[in-house]
Amino acid sequence: MSLAERVGAGSATRRWVGLAAAAAVWVAAYELNVHLWDWLVFDVAGLDPDSRLGSGVHFFFYDSVKIGLLLTGIIFVVTVLRSFMSVERTRALLGGKREGVGNVMAAGLGVVTPFCSCSAVPAFIGFVAAGVPIGVTMSFLIASPMVNEVAIALLLGLFGIGPTLLYVGAGLVVAIVGGMVLGRVHAERWVEPFVFETRLRGQVIDSTIGLTWADRFQMGREEVVSILRKIWPYLLVGIGLGAAIHGWAPEDLFTRYAGAGNPFAVPVAVLLGVPLYSNAAGILPLVEALHDKGLPMGTLLAFMMAVVALSLPEMILLRRVLKPRLIATFIAVVAAGILAVGYLFNAVLA
Amino acid sequence: MNIKILGSGCANCVNLERVTREAVAELGLDAEFEKVTEYADIASYGIMRTPGLVVDDQVLLSGRVPTRRQVAELLAPLVASAS
Repeated sequence: MSLAERVGAGSATRRWVGLAAAAAVWVAAYELNVHLWDWLVFDVAGLDPDSRLGSGVHFFFYDSVKIGLLLTGIIFVVTVLRSFMSVERTRALLGGKREGVGNVMAAGLGVVTPFCSCSAVPAFIGFVAAGVPIGVTMSFLIASPMVNEVAIALLLGLFGIGPTLLYVGAGLVVAIVGGMVLGRVHAERWVEPFVFETRLRGQVIDSTIGLTWADRFQMGREEVVSILRKIWPYLLVGIGLGAAIHGWAPEDLFTRYAGAGNPFAVPVAVLLGVPLYSNAAGILPLVEALHDKGLPMGTLLAFMMAVVALSLPEMILLRRVLKPRLIATFIAVVAAGILAVGYLFNAVLA
Repeated sequence: MNIKILGSGCANCVNLERVTREAVAELGLDAEFEKVTEYADIASYGIMRTPGLVVDDQVLLSGRVPTRRQVAELLAPLVASAS
């Protein structure tokens, strides 16, 4: 073994030991969280656990730490896993796939492919220019933001595995069916012509080739920092509002207006969700508090989906490649899917 | 050496240009920089995630912002083959 190899092996061992230590600290912090705030809020500060102030303050600090830990852990793991996947590989897998099978694959790949909506336009051109059908491309573009790691981390932490799987399943179905419908109406008529004229030149490189474990871990750390830096204000406002609703809102305030008895609750939830684009972080603590107050799960899932999947800035970006007719159809199809999910779950889970 | 930064002006493109300029200065290279912001032009390089780094019409990197050291490692072999 050369000196260089020995040094390399040493730092590799250190890296895995470091990862294991970080995981142990994470688990310990997650387990101790509730005891820490029980002690600090109720024993040290002397607030009454049954009082509105006591339960609200406890809810705020406990939830902030819990959600922060979940986001850190899940974003890191997801980023490292996704570093084995790339948009280039996804496109190669989707090339030449028929509609149907292609839509199912595209929705699934939308979940596992590292992708941000800021790349929606170059990815759209890249897919279409390589011969991936419009409907299949749309399934990818719907699934990718809808089933994202922030939403999954928060759902898992606040509602548990059941509602999380429900959300992921429903999101995939909306993406698959939505893409098939857009393919069926021959949406390619409404794509800006330059997309089809784009010729791919040169050799396409796979951006993940040559990544080492050290690179992947660094990407994970950077992603955690960059996402948390972006969303923490929304998160704290959301948890604060959640704590206020939790402690102070009258029990029947929300169920009276948006309960299972009101057939318009789902469409109103979707309409309210659209302007809150991409702020899953701020919305989910609110959703949890509203759920505690008795709002039905279907209405809340529809609200969440509208928040993450119908994003105004993404539509404005996509206008560069899609004509207004297609943008409108896209929004209508996705909104219809979300409404169906809301009504269905309200009926099934009631 | 002609260096193109591909991207529509997002923060990542600015960061990529900065680390690339640093790497170029570190290696003492003579390079001209060009920004490619039109989506049709970006896509024609086969890039689907911005930002992208193109040197002498060859795509070196896309989809992430590398460190200065990584850019220097990518540029170094091109300098050796050119001279």
